Amino acid sequence: MAKLTPPPGPQDHVRGKEGAPVTLVEYGDFQCSHCGHAFPAVEDIIRKMGNGLQFVYRHFPLSESHPLAKSAAIAAEAAGRQGKFWEMHHLIFQNQDNLSVETLFAIAQKTGIDLEQFRNDIQDPALEEKVDADFESGVRSGVNGTPSFFINGQKYNGSYDEESLMASLTF
Amino acid sequence: MLTIGTPAPDFNLFSTPDQRYSLQDFQGKNLILAFYPADWSPVCGDQMSLYNEMLQLFRKQNASILGVSVDSKWCHMAYTQSRNLHFPLLADFEPKGAMAKAYEAYDEKEGQCHRALYVIDGNGIIRWNFLSPPAVNPGADGILDALEKIQAKK
Repeated sequence: MAKLTPPPGPQDHVRGKEGAPVTLVEYGDFQCSHCGHAFPAVEDIIRKMGNGLQFVYRHFPLSESHPLAKSAAIAAEAAGRQGKFWEMHHLIFQNQDNLSVETLFAIAQKTGIDLEQFRNDIQDPALEEKVDADFESGVRSGVNGTPSFFINGQKYNGSYDEESLMASLTF
Repeated sequence: MLTIGTPAPDFNLFSTPDQRYSLQDFQGKNLILAFYPADWSPVCGDQMSLYNEMLQLFRKQNASILGVSVDSKWCHMAYTQSRNLHFPLLADFEPKGAMAKAYEAYDEKEGQCHRALYVIDGNGIIRWNFLSPPAVNPGADGILDALEKIQAKK
C-alpha cells in the first residue's frame, strides 16, 4: 500500500535529469488551493536540487469540488502536445485565483502555442483519458487528497512546506 | 471490526427524508460501506469527496458505495448538496449509531462512527475491512484491491 503505481515512465511529464538520485512525484489539482501553495515551494526545491532531482507531475482533479480542475488539466496536456506542458502548468498555478475557461485560453496564448491546434486538442478524448488514467493511478497508489507526494516511489505523509519536503528529499 | 468471511449485518436507514436503503437492496452487487465520523469535515479532498470522484471506477467493479455517519438525514441532505455527492449517505441517527455498533465501527467515547471501511460481496459476505485513525483519510487503494480480488474469483 501507498506505493507509487505505475512508476514514472514515458507517459509522464518529467523535469530534471534522467537517472537523478531522487524522484519526486506530485499528484495535483490545478484548482486546489493547497496545491497552489505548494507550487512555489516545489519550484524552489527543483531549482535548489538541480541535477539531484527528477520531478514528475500527475493530475488528480477533484472535479465535483473544483469545476475547472479537469479542464485545466486537459489544457495543460494540450499545451504539452506542443511542448509547453510546464509553461502551462506554471501559469495555471500562478493564475489560480482567477481561473476560468477564458483564462485558460489567455494563458495558452501566452505560452506562444498554436491556438487553433490547442482548441482541437482539448476536445480530443485521448487527453481526458490521460487525465483519468493519472487519477486512477493516484487512487491505486493511495492518494487521498491533494497535493500528494511520492519520494522515490514511497508516499510522503509530511507537510508540504519547503523545509519539510526538502528535509525528506535530501535525507 | 467484524471478521472477514462472516455475513454482513442487515441495516435499513434513511439517506434522505424520503429514501431508505437496506442490505438487500445491494444483493448481487459488491457494496462498500464507509463509516466516517461526521459531515462537514473542513479539508478539501476529504474522504467522501474522493469517493465521489471514484464512482465510475467502483461501477467497473460492480460496486456501489454508501457513506455512514450518525448525522441526521437533513444534515446529510445539506452536506450532499454542498459537496455535489452522487452516492447515498446513511443516517445512523435513531437509535444513534445502531448500524455502526452492529458493524463494530462505533466510537463510544466520541459518540460517532470510527473511520472504518467494509467491502461486502453480492452474497452479503464481508470480504475486506479496514480501520483508519480518525484523522487519516484512508484513500481507496485498499477498496479497489479488495474489489478486484472479488471480481477475479467469479
